[in-house]
Amino acid sequence: MTDLPQRPTAHAAGVPASDVPASQVPASDVLVSARGLEVHFPVRAGGALRRATGVLRAVDGVDLDIRRGETLGLVGESGCGKSTLGNALLRLVEPTGGTVTFDGTDVTGLDRRALRALRRRAGMVFQDPFASLDPRRTVRQTVSEPLEVHGLRSGRRERAERVAELLELVGLDPAVADRYPHEFSGGQRQRVGIARALAGEPDFLVCDEAIASLDVSVQAQVLNLLRRLQRQLGLTLLFISHDLSAVRYVSDRIAVMYLGRVVEVGPASAVGSDPQMPYTQALLSAVPVPHPSLERTRQRIVLRGDVPSPAAVPSGCRFRTRCPYAFEPCPDVDPALQPVGAPGQLAACHLHGVVGRPVERAEEAVPAAE
Amino acid sequence: MSAPLLEVEDLRVRLRTPRGPAEVVNGLSYTVGRGETVAVVGESGSGKSVSVLALLGLLPARVATVTGSARLDGEDLLTMSPERLREVRGPGVGMVFQDPMTSLNPVLTIGRQLVEGIRAHGEVSKAAAREQAAGLLAEVGLPDPQRALDRYPHELSGGMRQRVVIAIALSNNPALLIADEATTALDVTVQAQILDLVAELQSEHGTGVIWITHDLGVVAGIADRVLVMYGGRCVEDGTVDDVLERPAHPYTRGLLGALPDLAQVGDGELATVPGVPPAPTDLPPGCVFWPRCPVRSDPRCETEQPPLAVVGTSGGTLPHRAATWCEEGSPR
Repeated sequence: MTDLPQRPTAHAAGVPASDVPASQVPASDVLVSARGLEVHFPVRAGGALRRATGVLRAVDGVDLDIRRGETLGLVGESGCGKSTLGNALLRLVEPTGGTVTFDGTDVTGLDRRALRALRRRAGMVFQDPFASLDPRRTVRQTVSEPLEVHGLRSGRRERAERVAELLELVGLDPAVADRYPHEFSGGQRQRVGIARALAGEPDFLVCDEAIASLDVSVQAQVLNLLRRLQRQLGLTLLFISHDLSAVRYVSDRIAVMYLGRVVEVGPASAVGSDPQMPYTQALLSAVPVPHPSLERTRQRIVLRGDVPSPAAVPSGCRFRTRCPYAFEPCPDVDPALQPVGAPGQLAACHLHGVVGRPVERAEEAVPAAE
Repeated sequence: MSAPLLEVEDLRVRLRTPRGPAEVVNGLSYTVGRGETVAVVGESGSGKSVSVLALLGLLPARVATVTGSARLDGEDLLTMSPERLREVRGPGVGMVFQDPMTSLNPVLTIGRQLVEGIRAHGEVSKAAAREQAAGLLAEVGLPDPQRALDRYPHELSGGMRQRVVIAIALSNNPALLIADEATTALDVTVQAQILDLVAELQSEHGTGVIWITHDLGVVAGIADRVLVMYGGRCVEDGTVDDVLERPAHPYTRGLLGALPDLAQVGDGELATVPGVPPAPTDLPPGCVFWPRCPVRSDPRCETEQPPLAVVGTSGGTLPHRAATWCEEGSPR
């Protein structure tokens, strides 16, 4: 387990991790791409001056490609930066470093006008259908706003037709268009949220914990809807969730995040059944399945301690403080994603060969939070 | 078989609401044995939380009418005087709620909150109680317990806070532990730690556990017996294997079919249960699940409430029961 491969690799010493391609996909197949993407927030002290005392690295060097027409599931525990990453891809939060490319265009430098065009092509479905709909506006007003903003349907009639079309698309009766959010159940509200996100005829949809606040039987309805829409409209979907079973169900590929970094990515079947990164292995082994006989016999990998704070990221491999296999190079080399396991599967782990950027342990090493 | 630790019989809870009386729990009967874990599952509004709050007298008397009986070691919790109930709550029953941030007092240190619980139920000096508190924190796996005593809830992570809440619930070695969605707000890796912890403490102290959750995966891992609630009624109960592997009620089957299953990934659509659960102010007269039921066919479904009837016994002594007019109790 601890033998250090000495073979030099293409991405060895000195090459920043962000120069390593995150996948071997032809550029034309990629709709959204992040390279070395960073979202750092200043941590400020209390008091009048609010001096910056540290840096919270919510997203910290993410390389990720999302292919046209695929559903990419993004999983990770709370605080790992998955929502911030989703927001940064749409520039709902400003990246502090790295680039985001949408359909070949670098969107990190876009001005307001160009950004508005991006917003039409990229929609968002939020977690809480109670908070993300304006209680004082009817479903019609909510769903037709993007049509007005982007000038997609000029006349009142045309807009009404389009709203009816969108409501039907998400499985709601167009007759409900003049009702208010409080008249709907949680699942129906989430359908309204999806209709609104689809109004601009986007290519790309980010679903951030879109089923988390729904009951199990209603979750299934929304999952089926998302899958159907994705196929019917050829959408590219980023499905962010902490629910691995749901992610495994809807996704073509899965990316796993830990402390601001994508640590494993690959085909859903490979990541779901043969994960290569110890963190993914632990995460999957912790997901309970509704089969008593399986639950009684399964070997659970119980991790030590808690996730370190993103304001004090361990040096080198950020998972090393909880990793059952941590060995010598882990604190000194920041692992890059490398091909392992199935075709298209990438993991950032030194167990598969030490690949990555050497780091100064003394300077950067911050003890993990207890 | 010795007498069960807790015997709940025909528990009914009616709440006064602006929209009329709500029948939130309608005739719930079950038992919990020593060292046994009973899982109560159901979706929001099924009455699972209210049913245990009623046991502990935690529902406001102004709006709630509770009837039936709940004997803990032979003593009825529902007719107990408030003084006696307060005595019983610590050493008799401990409770862990869903959100550790709201069940801890944010302006008191962890130590104060633990010591308060310990001293409320025993003649213990402050110093001794503090020692005991540190011991409890160590038992639930909190690193550096002495220092943790002086910390405030906001200084701890969600998993750590839930450990503190469990430590408080266990501080008087309760015979019965009630956990209401205790791991729902936690990440799966932390959930695994907490479930292990409870199982360990349970085998050590022989605690009876009522685990309320909507997560059937968690149920599969920890429960001995399962009780499925819908519309304030128990629609199915039995051993964990019977209920999850051979569900007999159409609702339980629907619930299991709606789950994306990590162990059996298929490509088909998830089965869904159409519609939404009934409002407790407006329950259907017949089978509570009738309006959403995909297999309803019996003329009695609409008009007559099905009783909880035995559908099979899988070798053990516990019957597998379901409240349905539907005859085909086929395995999924």
